[in-house]
Amino acid sequence: MARLLSYEEAVSRFDPVLGIEVHVELGTRTKMFDGAPNSFGADSNENVTPVSLGLPGVLPVLNEKAVEYAVKIGLALGCEIAESCRFARKNYFYPDVPKNFQTSQYDEPIAFDGVLPVELEDGEQLEVLIERAHMEEDAGKNTHVGGATGRIHGAEYSLVDYNRAGVPLVEIVTRPITGTGARAPEVARAYVQTLRDIFRALGVSEARMEQGNVRADINVSLRESPDAPLGTRTETKNVNSFRSIERAVRYEIQRQATVLSQGEKIIQETRHFHEDDGTTSAGRVKSDADDYRYFPEPDLVPVEPSREWVDQLRASLPELPAARRRRLRQEWGFSELEMRDVVNANLLDAVEATVTAGASPAAARKWWTGELTRQANAAEKDVAELGVTPEHVAELAGLVDAGKLNDKLARQVLAGVIEGEGGPGEVMAARGLELVRDDGALEAAVEEAIAGNPDVVEKIKGGKMQAIGALIGPIMKATRGQADAGRARELIIAKLGLG
Amino acid sequence: MPGEITTEQVAHLAQLARIAADEQELAQLSQDLGKILGAVARVQEIATDEVPATSHPIPLSNVYREDVPVPTLTQEEALSGAPEAAEGKFAVPQILGEE
Repeated sequence: MARLLSYEEAVSRFDPVLGIEVHVELGTRTKMFDGAPNSFGADSNENVTPVSLGLPGVLPVLNEKAVEYAVKIGLALGCEIAESCRFARKNYFYPDVPKNFQTSQYDEPIAFDGVLPVELEDGEQLEVLIERAHMEEDAGKNTHVGGATGRIHGAEYSLVDYNRAGVPLVEIVTRPITGTGARAPEVARAYVQTLRDIFRALGVSEARMEQGNVRADINVSLRESPDAPLGTRTETKNVNSFRSIERAVRYEIQRQATVLSQGEKIIQETRHFHEDDGTTSAGRVKSDADDYRYFPEPDLVPVEPSREWVDQLRASLPELPAARRRRLRQEWGFSELEMRDVVNANLLDAVEATVTAGASPAAARKWWTGELTRQANAAEKDVAELGVTPEHVAELAGLVDAGKLNDKLARQVLAGVIEGEGGPGEVMAARGLELVRDDGALEAAVEEAIAGNPDVVEKIKGGKMQAIGALIGPIMKATRGQADAGRARELIIAKLGLG
Repeated sequence: MPGEITTEQVAHLAQLARIAADEQELAQLSQDLGKILGAVARVQEIATDEVPATSHPIPLSNVYREDVPVPTLTQEEALSGAPEAAEGKFAVPQILGEE
């Protein structure tokens, strides 16, 4: 292939269109169709029953909790919930599918026709249309052993663990996402992030990308212009981190633009993303849906969620992340930018808890996104790992409000809290950091400063009140930073007879 | 044309189902399947829009199980029927194709 077109060049010549399929593993206690535990970390082939292994004569029985979670996901995505739906067999041969078919839903998904508002990091909003959300089971896990390259083609044999086989999944499929232009990679990432936050808010999955609880297949196609018909797409499978999603979309846009610019055609195929260099490579040519010979699963009866149950679940939905952010932004009077800083730094829970513990929203935001974030960065830690609680921050803000600490001393107190010396009050007392309000000590420092800086005093007397600042410095120095700057200013004015 | 299936179609299906079939068998199968399709086509003539399609003859729905774990097989039991096993896993011939 010729040299890859630059991303800017690619998106100036072509209009990208996305389609995203997200699989989420549900956090039920047991599998979709049998009572084997759905848990992470068991020894190989320990979380299995004859049903998980697809042994002859076994019958699946549907997990009611999994249906409940699927309905909740559908409702949270603004979908219609089917009055009646059924399962289907998707037939193909691969060792991680022990029955030689995956039990899935085909023509009758449990949820369909939804819409999800997605917000990009700079606050731009768009709506992603959801085609469907359907229930299915996960496959087992293959490990490929031997072979010179370590790739599958060179493997001598494969090892299969069926612990994951039969774990409940919901697959969410978008309609084509158009109109993103150059922002397609960000949109793909923000969409999957939004879903991840919803799964967590609903409590239907731990939704940990790194454990493969959430996996995305990303379809990308290009067309000459937004009026042109959709181009041929490729599907990059199993992209497992937000960063990879962004990179995979970006690379696919560049690759396809390069191919099309040479007058060649895009082959409809699945592709694999390579974490190391950010490229994708061809997998198999995509099979027709017909080749899966889907047919209704005869061993499972239709699922007909009653309208009462659906209404009940709808009423029980927690506040979704986007709505919560809107509400809190209003309650706290934050600007959009201030709110985004908090959200992007993953500090919304911390700030909310700090406000609940009695701090003003502004103070809570300031401490978490400011000094605490700085301290965490310096220590190369997550803010949450500093050992500072929302209650600590609220107490600290209270001490500042009460005039017992200024900003500088408060930062020293915070450092003590991080060092594990106790709560802010204890650290302040133990380190003797409380602001000096005792006018005796302060007056002495003020007099000293006035005596030592006759030129500054001259300016102040001449009406340059901002010169007072030049006296505050020496006063702070004399009091080791513990002076109340406001009080010191009052004293200076009084001493110079300007009051 | 309903009721007709070519030997190429049968060969494709056989390949998808991993069923080995020689030319003679494919020809015979396409004839047999053609007859079955013919019979289905006759049913389709009767099935009008007023007759809802159904995949389950028994009027039963919402058969659920509670989300409660049951005893599982031990690893040893799980692997007892495996032609080959290693490291607590089923060992299968190398996979041609892809993940």
